[in-house]
Amino acid sequence: MSTIKKPKLKTSAMIASIAGEGQKTQAAPFGHALVELAAQRPEIVGMTADLAKYTDLHIFAKAYPERFYQMGMAEQLLMGAAAGFAHEGAMPFVTTYSVFATRRAYDFMHQAIAEDNLNVKIAGALPGLTTGYGPSHQAAEDLALMRAMPGMTVIDPCDALDIEQMVPAVAEHNGPVYMRLLRGQVPLVLDEYDYKFELGKAKLLRDGRDVLVISSGIMTMRSLEVAKALEADNVDVAVLHVPTIKPLDTSTILREAGRSGRLVVVAENHTTIGGLGEAIATELLSAGVTPQFRQIALPDAFLDAGALPTLHDRYGISTNVMADTIKTWIG
Amino acid sequence: MDTSIIEARDDLAKLADHAYRIRRYALLMGEVQGQGYVGQALDIADVLAVAYCHAMTYRPEDPDWEGRDRFLLSNGHYAIALYAALIEGGIIAEEELETYGSDDSRLPMSGMASYTPGMEMSGGSLGQGLTIAVGHCLGLKHKGSDAFVYTLFSDGELDEGAIWEGLMSAAHWKLDNLIAIVDVNNQQADGPSSQIMAFEPLVEKMEAFGWFTQRVDGNDIEAVANAFDAARNHPEPQPRMIIADTRMGCGVPFLEAREKNHFIRVDEHEWQLALEALEAGRKA
Repeated sequence: MSTIKKPKLKTSAMIASIAGEGQKTQAAPFGHALVELAAQRPEIVGMTADLAKYTDLHIFAKAYPERFYQMGMAEQLLMGAAAGFAHEGAMPFVTTYSVFATRRAYDFMHQAIAEDNLNVKIAGALPGLTTGYGPSHQAAEDLALMRAMPGMTVIDPCDALDIEQMVPAVAEHNGPVYMRLLRGQVPLVLDEYDYKFELGKAKLLRDGRDVLVISSGIMTMRSLEVAKALEADNVDVAVLHVPTIKPLDTSTILREAGRSGRLVVVAENHTTIGGLGEAIATELLSAGVTPQFRQIALPDAFLDAGALPTLHDRYGISTNVMADTIKTWIG
Repeated sequence: MDTSIIEARDDLAKLADHAYRIRRYALLMGEVQGQGYVGQALDIADVLAVAYCHAMTYRPEDPDWEGRDRFLLSNGHYAIALYAALIEGGIIAEEELETYGSDDSRLPMSGMASYTPGMEMSGGSLGQGLTIAVGHCLGLKHKGSDAFVYTLFSDGELDEGAIWEGLMSAAHWKLDNLIAIVDVNNQQADGPSSQIMAFEPLVEKMEAFGWFTQRVDGNDIEAVANAFDAARNHPEPQPRMIIADTRMGCGVPFLEAREKNHFIRVDEHEWQLALEALEAGRKA
């Protein structure tokens, strides 16, 4: 054993907050919103695969113990049983980590839930790169997988406000939904903007002459920070938030991307393959809208383990690196 | 329907008639396409006759009636057998069997819930049915219904891990409204199920998992009916398992004697011979 004192390393723990230092946060927005909604909707039940505490579903379980179903560490059973429950008229809100929902139980969501257009709402925690635990827990391709599933609505919320408003909206929607979940102390950002979550709608959060960033999830938070940072360099950045990945708000995206003279950057907490960037590129090309186009996204690779700030810098999705990247693109 | 143990001879004779007609409808559907999983349909006909003509409560004119017992077909390729049972149960018209497997038919070759009245789930991706059945059972208990959920899966499906997730959870949740039937015909795609992946001793495994378990000759209709009755009337709060040992091609001797295969080949001229053999066996 070495006796040399080493500097304290940054943590690569599984659960790490994505909130910046001193950032305004809200505790467990998903859990609290679900409890509130369940008072009006008796058909809601909560189901999880041994991850209630880590998906904020424990708050629902405490409020409605008779409507909470612990299915054990068995994600295929979780999805199959949710389908059966929905056949009986319930609206299951199902939680696990994104990796286990999308990679381990894919066929059960596809066949048992989506094919029958059942009212199952699937919440996946640790979406994209929001844990430093390595590829076993990093869901870098979850949006691509879920977009490819017919009939599935796919949502990537930005912050606590988005999540709070998303929960009743997905309950209003008839059919299966996959939503990315931020849990614990979740940043609160969108309250400073004139914003309301609407399923299937993209929202322009700020306008700008030089660059249009189209983003979803936590990358909208980062994009807003980038836009503020680039003000000092006289770069005027617009931010279009696209929380619903499928169905895509094509008309709003085409309208904004079609305004001439702006660099279009799609920023997402997801691999470059099959996510928001590719979805938008397809729509632009199909409509003959061809602005200068760039992607800020995770590489097509098994991502490293490590501390989140280190990894976000390394893969170019931290505010600082993203700002620098955009500056080099606009020269 | 009567939940007492079957004793009266005429009841058994009626059930045997139902099973005969289920086999006959399956053969007629097979003839339409010149193919189909008739080996399995013939082996499971007695179980389905008992389910649809003795054990289950349902309204043929209203297949979605809330109070019905549910029947979840996990092994979607057995759809040909289930359609035959749905015809015998009065849910589908007999004339419709002529459309089996055709474009735009309500009777596709693999069972799907959105296509067929009385088909409760989309099977075919094997090993899913039991997990879905667990959800139905939880949902029925949640809303205070006393309907039963029946689910049929094959011995080959025992290879799938999700089956064992379902077995554990059904016992954990004390699902006394769940009756699962395993068709042990010892055939799966690549050969005899017991050689593809050894699954015995099945009774001991199911009992160890907390299930009330019976093992019967699945082609002895009296034994099957008694097993269904005992499963429904079992007083303990636990899920119920019926392991049905069946014979592929049962009821048509020359098909039963054919080299055992997951997909029994039937030549064009043999469909009529099969129907005649089935008829001859009925009279015997």
